[in-house]
Amino acid sequence: MSHSYNAETYAAAKKEIWKITWILSALTIVELAMGFWMYFSHGTMSSSMVMFLKGTILILMMVKAFYIVSYFMHLKHEIKNMIMTIVVPLLLFVWFITSFLYEGNSYKSLKNRYDKHLQEQTTIKVEEKHHSEAEHEKTAEPATEESSHH
Amino acid sequence: MSTTAVHNTKWWSGGKSPFNLEYGKVMMWYFLMSDAFTFGAFLIAYGTSRFATNGWPDPNHVFSSYPFKAEGSAAAPLVFVSFMTFVLIVSSVTMVLAVQAGHHQDKKGVVRNLILTIIGGAIFLGCQAWEWTHLHAEGAWWGLNPFTNADGTHATTNFTNFFFTITGFHGFHVFSGVIINIVMLIMTLNNTFEKKGHYLMIEKAGLYWHFVDLVWVFVFTLFYLV
Repeated sequence: MSHSYNAETYAAAKKEIWKITWILSALTIVELAMGFWMYFSHGTMSSSMVMFLKGTILILMMVKAFYIVSYFMHLKHEIKNMIMTIVVPLLLFVWFITSFLYEGNSYKSLKNRYDKHLQEQTTIKVEEKHHSEAEHEKTAEPATEESSHH
Repeated sequence: MSTTAVHNTKWWSGGKSPFNLEYGKVMMWYFLMSDAFTFGAFLIAYGTSRFATNGWPDPNHVFSSYPFKAEGSAAAPLVFVSFMTFVLIVSSVTMVLAVQAGHHQDKKGVVRNLILTIIGGAIFLGCQAWEWTHLHAEGAWWGLNPFTNADGTHATTNFTNFFFTITGFHGFHVFSGVIINIVMLIMTLNNTFEKKGHYLMIEKAGLYWHFVDLVWVFVFTLFYLV
């Protein structure tokens, strides 16, 4: 192995690790701040602003992934051959994500255009049922027990 | 015919290890790449379903609880999952510190940081178990979705199906990672690596653990934030 390790490299390595830790934490906090911002605006935010914030969060997600892979997984310090053998196949994701999301969106538009019944169904407001259902079960159970006793 | 590779600067004409890495580490990378495609397929299927559906539940509404939350207290979206995220980031940091300690033949450092990593993983798994139990008590499970879409319309079960499948698959990876780290800890305490003269095995366990953290970055963002 070409690496040589001593107290100096140990200290430098630790310093780099803590630097990356701070970067990852800061990025996460920024992501959370945007999440809370969207939450507390309670739907008053314009949809283009929401899209912008969500897009920014996705970009920050990729930045975090880059730091984890490059530094924690050490890929940045490997030789180019190794980096390429990992990164090039992963480029398939570009096609993978683009085409599948496009396809999903197209499926939705076609359904809404040609299946008007379905489109109407998805505009009807309904009640959340989990709490009422749970209460229902609680009150219903003793009643059935009683009836079985008689 | 050339006899030696001393002056050979070409990586692929023999006499050199073209990736300058040991076999096990290269194979771990390839395993992780295939695993990345598995997780990618899950997440892209989730994205496709979401794009193909008219409405979708609001994660801030679904994931708004945390342990020991007082009855009737205000909803707290993102709080519990942020805690889980930081636990996993910190456990990733202690893992990379263990790897560095291994490079420098610092057995004490390896042991200490591995123990911290295992604790972090266990806390994460505990949090996830709590969250699953909580959601199940609310009536959510594979095939059951008690939540409505963000706009108040009826939601399909896609949301819960993908949530439990993907976080379950990730949780299983975390669980495997904790087991692997416990094995590494036992081997370190038995001086296995000390006798070998290197701690390269910890590096491979470390790669796996960082990958688990990496996947959580995506799961956290795609399920809880956007």
